[in-house]
Amino acid sequence: MEYEVVIGLEIHVELATETKIFCDCTTAFGGEVNTHCCPICTGMPGTLPVMNEKVVEYAIRAGIALNCEIAHFSKMDRKNYFYPDLPKAYQVSQFDLPLCKNGYVDIEVDGKIKRIGITRIHMEEDAGKLIHDQWGTGSLIDYNRCGVPLIEIVSEPDIRSAEEAKAYVEKVRSIIQYIGASDCKMQEGSLRADVNLSVRPIGQEKFGTRTEMKNLNSFKSILRAAEHEQRRQISEIEHGNIIVQETRRWDDTKGKSYSMRSKEEAHDYRYFPEPDLVPIELTDEQISKIRKELPELPEDRVNKYINDYQLPEYDAKLLTVSKNISDFFEQAVTSGANPKKASNYIMGDLMKLMNQYDDEAIPFDGDKLAKLISLVEAGTISQNIASKVLSMMYETRKDPAAIVKEENLAVVNDESALSEMIENIIAQHTKSVNDYLGGNTKAIGFLIGQVMQKSKGKGNPQMISRLLEEKLNKLK
Amino acid sequence: MKITKHTVDYVANLARLNFNDEEALKLSAQMEDILAYMDKLNSLNTENVIPMEHVKPVSNIFRKDMVSPSFDREQILRNAPVKEDGAFKVPKIVE
Amino acid sequence: MTIEQLHGKLISKEIKVEELVHQYYEKIEAKDKDISAYISLCKDNAMKNAVLIQERINQNKDITPLTGIPMAIKDNMCTKDSKTTCGSKMLENFEPPYNATVVEKLESSGSILLGKLNMDEFAMGGSTENSAFKKTKNPYDLSRVPGGSSGGSAACVAADMAVFTLGSDTGGSIRQPASFCGVVGLKPTYGTISRYGLVAFASSLDQIGPITKTVTDAGLVLNATAGKDKYDSTSSERNIADYNEYLKKDIKNIKLAVPRQYLASGISAEVKDSILNAINEYEKMGIVCEYVDLKLADYAIAAYYIISSAEASSNLARYDGIKYGYHSENYTNLIELYKNSRSEGFGAEVKRRIMLGTYALSSGYYDAYYKKALQVRTLIKNEFDKIFETYDGIIGPTAPTTAYKIGEKSEDPLEMYLGDVYTVSVNIAGLPAISIPCGFDSHHLPVGLQIIGKAFDERKILQIAYAYEQQSSFQGLIKEAK
Ligand SMILES: [Mg+2]
Ligand SMILES: [Zn+2]
Repeated sequence: MEYEVVIGLEIHVELATETKIFCDCTTAFGGEVNTHCCPICTGMPGTLPVMNEKVVEYAIRAGIALNCEIAHFSKMDRKNYFYPDLPKAYQVSQFDLPLCKNGYVDIEVDGKIKRIGITRIHMEEDAGKLIHDQWGTGSLIDYNRCGVPLIEIVSEPDIRSAEEAKAYVEKVRSIIQYIGASDCKMQEGSLRADVNLSVRPIGQEKFGTRTEMKNLNSFKSILRAAEHEQRRQISEIEHGNIIVQETRRWDDTKGKSYSMRSKEEAHDYRYFPEPDLVPIELTDEQISKIRKELPELPEDRVNKYINDYQLPEYDAKLLTVSKNISDFFEQAVTSGANPKKASNYIMGDLMKLMNQYDDEAIPFDGDKLAKLISLVEAGTISQNIASKVLSMMYETRKDPAAIVKEENLAVVNDESALSEMIENIIAQHTKSVNDYLGGNTKAIGFLIGQVMQKSKGKGNPQMISRLLEEKLNKLK
Repeated sequence: MKITKHTVDYVANLARLNFNDEEALKLSAQMEDILAYMDKLNSLNTENVIPMEHVKPVSNIFRKDMVSPSFDREQILRNAPVKEDGAFKVPKIVE
Repeated sequence: MTIEQLHGKLISKEIKVEELVHQYYEKIEAKDKDISAYISLCKDNAMKNAVLIQERINQNKDITPLTGIPMAIKDNMCTKDSKTTCGSKMLENFEPPYNATVVEKLESSGSILLGKLNMDEFAMGGSTENSAFKKTKNPYDLSRVPGGSSGGSAACVAADMAVFTLGSDTGGSIRQPASFCGVVGLKPTYGTISRYGLVAFASSLDQIGPITKTVTDAGLVLNATAGKDKYDSTSSERNIADYNEYLKKDIKNIKLAVPRQYLASGISAEVKDSILNAINEYEKMGIVCEYVDLKLADYAIAAYYIISSAEASSNLARYDGIKYGYHSENYTNLIELYKNSRSEGFGAEVKRRIMLGTYALSSGYYDAYYKKALQVRTLIKNEFDKIFETYDGIIGPTAPTTAYKIGEKSEDPLEMYLGDVYTVSVNIAGLPAISIPCGFDSHHLPVGLQIIGKAFDERKILQIAYAYEQQSSFQGLIKEAK
């Protein structure tokens, strides 16, 4: 039988605020355990939350950018459950009246555009982190992340393949980055996705039973987890088993998912309106003000690159997938780089390097790429050397001119040095020399190559070919 | 509303409480009594009545997004019964 | 002596702060072994502060009506670095790392904290018998309860072991003990005094308020503690400079409503007599008192116990033996740690309410209980609003009986809950109300008169209460408290 996969995603994004959602503690990543805490975010008796205005603003921005309706009346609710990373034993979240709903985002897979519906976006607080203690005698709790603001973006079950799931997360991530609501650093957990997945025979309207895989924090794991779960469910069905609605844990190193049913129990979250926080009421004016001030979105930049920079559509789309890359490109262009040349370096060498190092951003600024391009244009270095310099820039973050100088990579324009090399090559390759002298002018190419190699690629090619011709002609 | 032993167990588990059989029995009787009393609300017609979540109709109370120093870790941990390496400690959580 | 009287003596330097504080600790020493109002004392700090405050007075700097006045607070308001137990074994050793906003405010007013007062565990109860530590006695009769949950706060003032105290009132917990102990207890409008640092029982109902010897004193304490707090989103922006502003204004134009339902079945004959006498006194002053219907009064208790228990079940979930509070020694895994810590750390009444509240919020019951109660809440508030279109205040009894014997009622929870019949609707509607002494029953136990006002109309109810206090023959009898 042929099966169709049905996927819905919940994406949690940590917002780029300075402070936590309900207290003045910093949201900075990576502090010593329990040093970004106060009585409020650790849920001490008697403390009360007060909403960070920036959280609401960022959430509205996200809602607008993801084509949602922004609620004129919205409120916070408590979601009650016990877990050590949740110090109040309830998470302040939104239940029946989320801030944003009924949005969508268009994704492109295999050249085809597809619209994925967004059910809702709501605001909530993040939980702390559990660490295993070094003796293995227990778990330790770090509340630094506790109370960091999140938005949860819930999609419709519109996604039909693992690739679409990945493309959807990429698109949402890019948009959120563009509007400045989050850095979306997946390695730091600023963006995590829960994948809800079911399969059904093609043609069947009713959804199959779904499972949920929580907290996937890389594109790779989203793709692999979805593919794996799809295969697993189909195989279960083909073996006559039924799918159980459950949460499964994806182990990315083993490439497998595990049932978490053993520790799961009836979820009865007892949502009720948070009495310690007042509702959020927004006027059309307030919403349209935020809409007007919204930073440029990827689509805006694609248009700009095609129309103003005369880039091919392919380049424009690829460059704008990630805001980091697009910002880098714009820096390079503002610093004087030719847009197409900058685009070529980014789509070629730089993206390769980012892949190789699994980086989310280029570790130096775009103006350095502009400097590199101008070194090539001035003839100081060759095209080939430029690639080499670029990978050194990537590793050392040094200025290209400094690298060229330190590594002695500038094109050799020294006639006497090149002459000496050429004479040696002529002496060593008598066969090619004789071929040339015998009328096979193509043989000079081989000789030029030998000289270039000798000069480690730094010799000025025009000068080499002129000198070589002069010397060979003298032998005639 | 009949409050069975099963209901008491279910609710006690949600609330993370233990009751022995004798306590559970007494509690189910008391809860039944109290809930029967509360059922008198059903005699009031509340169709189309907006539930009052806040007694004062106030909205949009916000704070500025400005960092203040956090508390010393000693202050955060001072009341913790079990701690280790600057963190609260719980029995090992197995996934 | 009252705040007013002592303030005069302190300013004229007739008495020094240290002497006064010392005298109060002597009184506590002498009386509290019988009354058991205090859970903890902070004598060293108080004596130190007394010296500093005297210095302020000497330099005539930052003097407020509360400067140098010895006071005490209910043990559910956080005091930095000193124990805040909530009357619970769960928080027996809890030392908050911060001060409640009221504590900060009282400190800056210059009043001196003597200690923390006994209460029903987590403010759940009406007799202070639910304290994990001790049973506070009624100063009028040591075999009787002081009321609750702010029983320690009311008994403390009645026995003059502090000049004034703070209590908290979720369903009558200031007014009912004030009534039982023959003192003045004011529950302000929800949002008047910051709840930041008040250990939550039911967030949408909780309100801190003063317990004092006179109406004037209640206004003075309100002046020092009310106001917008940036740490409490539900605190009111309203800025009232002097809650005693109307005290001495002419009250001839005031109209009072007397709910028929408050004098119907369930009320003791003697309490009813005292209330009728008080109504009579008001009429003699030329105030119009008219009977009205408060039909929903009968439903308030049901709505109140659903809402408060539901909120409590969530507010008290944080006590899990991990971050602070009681930690069971008896566990092998996380779930046992949770269950055993909570089951051993909480008392029976608290557990009962957590169970009720959890049930009312649980899947399938939310609409039938919680949502229904919130809808009834709307109806109750509307009914009050309607009355206040015509009347300036509502008067009636604070409690259906006077103080009862210790142990007399504690076995039947529902019967206990029904004792809150006249007080809970005020919290449901978020209104201000005051209880003032209005007579004695045949056992020489005080009766309380409750005056309910419009939201944020504390000045008006203080004025109405003050008028009665000035005229009534009850004034002065307070001295007879043991
Ligand atoms: Mg969530
Ligand atoms: Zn904090």
